[in-house]
Amino acid sequence: MPEYSDETIKSVLGSVKTVAIVGVSDKESRASHFVMKYMQGKGYRMIPINPQLAGQTLLGEKVYPDLKSIPEKVDMVDIFRNSEAAGVLSDEAIAIGAKVVWMQLGVVNDAAAARAEKAGLTVIMDRCPKMEYSRFSGEFGWVGRNSRIIDNRRKQLGAGRASLARDAIGRGKGTL
Amino acid sequence: MNIHSKLSDYGFNTLSVHAGAAPDPTTGARATPIYQTTSYVFDDTDHAASLFGLQSFGNIYTRIGNPTQAVLEERVAALEGGTAALAVASGHAAQMLTFQALMMPGDEFIAARQLYGGSVNQFGQAFKSFGWNVKWADARDPESFRRQLSSKTKAIFIESIANPGGIVIDIESIGAVAKEAGVPFIVDNTLATPYLIRPVEWGADIIIHSLTKFLGGHGNSIGGVIVDAGSFDWSRTKKYPMLSEPCPSYHGIKMHETFGDMAFAITCRVLGLRDLGPAISPFNAFLLLTGIETLPLRMQKHCENAKAVAQHLSRHAKVSWVSYANLPNDPCYGLAQTYCPKGAGAVFTFGVRGGYEAGVKLVNNVKLLSHLANVGDTRSLIIHPASTTHRQLSDEQKSAAGAGPEVVRVSIGIEDVSDIIADLDQALAA
Repeated sequence: MPEYSDETIKSVLGSVKTVAIVGVSDKESRASHFVMKYMQGKGYRMIPINPQLAGQTLLGEKVYPDLKSIPEKVDMVDIFRNSEAAGVLSDEAIAIGAKVVWMQLGVVNDAAAARAEKAGLTVIMDRCPKMEYSRFSGEFGWVGRNSRIIDNRRKQLGAGRASLARDAIGRGKGTL
Repeated sequence: MNIHSKLSDYGFNTLSVHAGAAPDPTTGARATPIYQTTSYVFDDTDHAASLFGLQSFGNIYTRIGNPTQAVLEERVAALEGGTAALAVASGHAAQMLTFQALMMPGDEFIAARQLYGGSVNQFGQAFKSFGWNVKWADARDPESFRRQLSSKTKAIFIESIANPGGIVIDIESIGAVAKEAGVPFIVDNTLATPYLIRPVEWGADIIIHSLTKFLGGHGNSIGGVIVDAGSFDWSRTKKYPMLSEPCPSYHGIKMHETFGDMAFAITCRVLGLRDLGPAISPFNAFLLLTGIETLPLRMQKHCENAKAVAQHLSRHAKVSWVSYANLPNDPCYGLAQTYCPKGAGAVFTFGVRGGYEAGVKLVNNVKLLSHLANVGDTRSLIIHPASTTHRQLSDEQKSAAGAGPEVVRVSIGIEDVSDIIADLDQALAA
């Protein structure tokens, strides 16, 4: 599992606003579906990408067949595809000017990550943004998750992305 | 060493005090409040639907989770180096939910014979009515576990420091058998606590505790916990359908696919606890959590006192033998140096000269040690198994269970050790 500092992940989640989610499913039981719904609830603009569903509406957003068809600026590309497919998608993320490539749990493509980083993007692999968001917002503790975070200030549980962005980053080891 | 053992930048003492806790979001209360409520309001029907569908985390009903309980869970998960935990009504409840997530009628699991008597009953008697069959092995012989493997084996279960005599087990070797067989390795870490042994570092996939004992530590609350090490691949085969296959009561969600390295803890909560119901009370969770804050200090003192008492008894004219792994001539001494160099716990047995009558006389004459059937209390405890917990067994069975007529078990507390020794001396002399 690649390692990322809490500061790196928190900085990504606090700075991006528009996220293209590639490989999102229209089935409610699929993780990709409820990651999209969850992130919407936290104030992120989620743009679904799925060639099979192109042109339809998913969770209130128009579905595009691929990244280059999105008519607006995208901050982050979240990849729900296998590690091999993630390579091409990561290159497309560079091409459309995204700032972050995020590969889901179990998805790792080191060569693609190196290309994206060389192009100036931040790359996170083998992580889930919903789980990471829950960890930083304190929601993860509700299900006994070891968040690895100790915090001496009260926080607003379940808060939206704006509060994550407002938080000072780098207040010291493990704090939010 | 398992990668999951490094899940925090903080030291053990800091985690014991802080992990999982933060100032209360509403009031700023610094101590974790007791959320004495059954239920929690939903923002709207959409919020309720996403909670019930496991699409968001949040509080629904205290049978499934409670904010005080959640702090306790994260605390223990952090101390054990696991990914997540679930606190329940008792150690027995933790075992029941663990096996319910793994077993179908007709399945088998292998357990060490050297277990807490209550677990021997639960596995050997109660589980029979669910069609779950236990096969016994010898905790001192890792190969005896391999001999019991079959196509129906779903798990291997041991205690890290085992009842009744406080013997230290070769955890890593037995874990290797489980790993080769492709079944989860479950370790009951009650008598050691993560202060002495972290089973995750020796290959455990699931760790179980009776929180009632040293973790809570004050003899005031019953509780149990299941810790998910996050190390087992539940989807590699279809042997664990509750974790790997679509779940009918959650719209076809696959637990392992959806919850990754905390799938076991989530499954035990949202299926086992939801449907079978052994929830911990918020008040007990609070007391146990408060106890854990001083775990490192208490365990250090428990171990120091136990070693001093064991040394004293080993030289006592009225004591024929002492079974304590931290005595240099004990058969477990080598394993204790490997697995628990900080100490061998505080529960051990010894034999009194004069057999059954001498054992009865000792427990009837102590004035400071409490005669009761628990371990892991601040108070020193004593019991004569042959006349109490093991009374119903034949003499042969008693000896096989390590509860022969002369055997006395103690759980050494954190009082002044000179007082504990003086009390045992006067009772042995009486």
